[in-house]
Amino acid sequence: MQERTLEGIKVVECAEMVAGPYCGKLLSDLGAEVTKVEAPCGDPARRRGPFRGDLPDAEGSALFLYLNTNKLGVTLNLENKKGRRLLGELVRETDILIADWPPSESERLSLSYEIFSAANPRLVITSITPFGQTGLHRDYRAYPLNTFHGGGEGYLLPGGKQNLEREPVRGAGFLTEYDSGLCAAVATLGALFCARLTGRGQQIDVSKQEAAMALSRVDIARYRWDGVVESRAIRGARPGNSIRCLDGYVQIHCPGDHQWRALLEAMGNPGWAADPKYGDRASRVKHVEEINARIEEWSTELTTREVARRVQAKGCPAAPYNTIADLLQDEHLKYRGFFAQAEHPRAGKLTYPTVPYRLSLTPPDCPRPAPLLGQHNQLILGARLGHSTRQLLQLSQAGVI
Amino acid sequence: MSVLPLARYRVLDFGTAWAGAMVGLILAHLGAEVIRIESRERIDGMRLGWPGKGAPPEPEFNAHFHVLNPNKLSITANMKQPEGVTLIKELVKECDVVTDNFTPGVLERVGLDYESLRAVKPDIILVSIPAAGNYGPLKDVRTYASTLGALAGIEGLVGYPGERVLSLGGGYADTNGGVHGAMAILVALLHRNRMGEGQFVDLSQWEATTSLLVGPIMEYIMNGRNQAPQGNLSPTMVPYNNYACKGEDTWVSIAVYSDEEWQGLCRAMGEPAWTKEERFSDKYSRLKNRQALDELIAAWTSNLTHYEATEVLQRAGVAAAPLLNVDERHDDPHFRERQLYIDMEHPRTGVEPVFDIPWKLSGTPGAMRRHSPLLGEHNEYVFTELLGLSKGEVARLTEAKALY
Repeated sequence: MQERTLEGIKVVECAEMVAGPYCGKLLSDLGAEVTKVEAPCGDPARRRGPFRGDLPDAEGSALFLYLNTNKLGVTLNLENKKGRRLLGELVRETDILIADWPPSESERLSLSYEIFSAANPRLVITSITPFGQTGLHRDYRAYPLNTFHGGGEGYLLPGGKQNLEREPVRGAGFLTEYDSGLCAAVATLGALFCARLTGRGQQIDVSKQEAAMALSRVDIARYRWDGVVESRAIRGARPGNSIRCLDGYVQIHCPGDHQWRALLEAMGNPGWAADPKYGDRASRVKHVEEINARIEEWSTELTTREVARRVQAKGCPAAPYNTIADLLQDEHLKYRGFFAQAEHPRAGKLTYPTVPYRLSLTPPDCPRPAPLLGQHNQLILGARLGHSTRQLLQLSQAGVI
Repeated sequence: MSVLPLARYRVLDFGTAWAGAMVGLILAHLGAEVIRIESRERIDGMRLGWPGKGAPPEPEFNAHFHVLNPNKLSITANMKQPEGVTLIKELVKECDVVTDNFTPGVLERVGLDYESLRAVKPDIILVSIPAAGNYGPLKDVRTYASTLGALAGIEGLVGYPGERVLSLGGGYADTNGGVHGAMAILVALLHRNRMGEGQFVDLSQWEATTSLLVGPIMEYIMNGRNQAPQGNLSPTMVPYNNYACKGEDTWVSIAVYSDEEWQGLCRAMGEPAWTKEERFSDKYSRLKNRQALDELIAAWTSNLTHYEATEVLQRAGVAAAPLLNVDERHDDPHFRERQLYIDMEHPRTGVEPVFDIPWKLSGTPGAMRRHSPLLGEHNEYVFTELLGLSKGEVARLTEAKALY
């Protein structure tokens, strides 16, 4: 078997739902041994779904199955002192701890970086919390809705909507949670380079809010130049944004005059476009609603793919709004092998998206399925930490594992 | 001792626009010596153009560029001149990683494709991140972030339930692709450290964004449902929405999962009589009567500012956060405490606040080291110090527009 990039690296993951587990998955898919520590009731992602046939099953939540491939699973009750002691034993032997405890929880349960690193100076602790480990809001509670909108981008969605009376909406799925998990994985690999140079670990503080903001750093900088406080009426108010077609929508982006002319050419140079009020970009933005209505007079007779093809052919960026069904059937993604299949003992054969990078020497292989709840208690807590089967039984009966 | 993670590595960076710049930015933040290859023959669009209002049409005044390129170096080497290409190859010998976000084929046409680079530096890593990857039927697709987001499926999931599709409209697909690019480079470096071999890495920005749509993808895989925009709806949480506050276009997000949190919300609102009504008596009923509930909560939030509402709710144990406009994204007191913006002195534009690294490493704080480079600012360092060319030779190459 091919040697994996992170083979030999041990990770303990005390994190639920998406952000922390996504960080752990990025490492486990690269060959790190990631031990996922769940409370005895299990990660809430097990109850989130989607489930096949809409039938809830703690071992069948697709969100959980995707996020926890290639991991080992143990259960530990960290409210219990013995549970925390077992975690301590586990972390002493590990390179990386991924944790999503809010600062107040770490303090309450004495699960601090200082304590763990005293026993294991090489340890890297990656903390992923909504607002970070320091600052005024460090102990604020948040769910994905709050972290997405707390990052500021949410204030501007949906783009191209003129009615400010209606509420801002979020991006699809758990976007900010994934952004945070990726950001944490990058920082964690960075700390791993450091640990190899110095023999010392360190603590990484990832704020989900800031991970989201980092992606819109350009918009934040623009404000200093133009002083314009962007709103949903400004965001996306441009010719070509969300154009309705016969069977869906397209996105056309024509900020430059040459791209605008290319779009007009694709439409057969309609007479209305000769009006001087459409002559420059600023003026086109001012008349965006009437322009988009004009474009739709043309586009609603055509399919999204045909509109995108004709506009692209003239040299202006345009693309259909792919739906999920479109993506799963997309020839380009198929050709590249973006979706992969894996077998799960309970959920059966599943198709997953893979990572977006193809390493020529280390292609992705078929992932080992996500662990069943407590599947590796015997292996990790028993064989690895040296507790007997009888001790594990007692721990289980006492609600520790 | 404070050691930056990638202090021993050098990266040759052809990255342009937002996605390309983001890759190098992260590596530079991690301590790598990132050298931007630029040329006056074709200046990175991000150095020019918007936001040029009142700014001279020169390459040093764009605020977008300044927040995406701190900690990097810049040289001007002209790929249209054979001598420029030769110099770049000489430089590759001194580098660990080369990265680009050109459309497929550009490096190959000038003789700087992976095989050519490998011939001069056998363990070189080339990470290439075009919009749709280097192969596949749509590899040559022309995109901006917005059209890339449409292809990736993310734009089409924004809007209100049951209404027309709207959009994300920002640069998300670009910058997100850049972070994945940095991840891929770290992985390839770890592989090289272990096995002693470099490699070619192909990254599709399109896939970088699609890979985050796991929920909607799995819903389709499991149950064949093709998701449409859902506003802020969650199948398991209620209330779960943004609510209008006192003041124009200000909002607070409120998210409630458990009964305990629901009780906290009722307390925060002062236990109004309607909270005791049968239709809100348990989570199932609240999920069914979501809209009526949203209206009643909004009536309460409309008397508070978004910060006041957040404070009252958080004190009652309820997840809430203000929606921040761009002004507040600079001035939020939490960000001030965390020192989220670093004031960088730029030689042409003065002091500018630059968004810091989105993580804090306890062992290597303060990794923001230098302002974004002027075009060709480091020609002397790179060509005389690093490659050992004489001053006369550099002058000749400059004259010949190989360094241009």
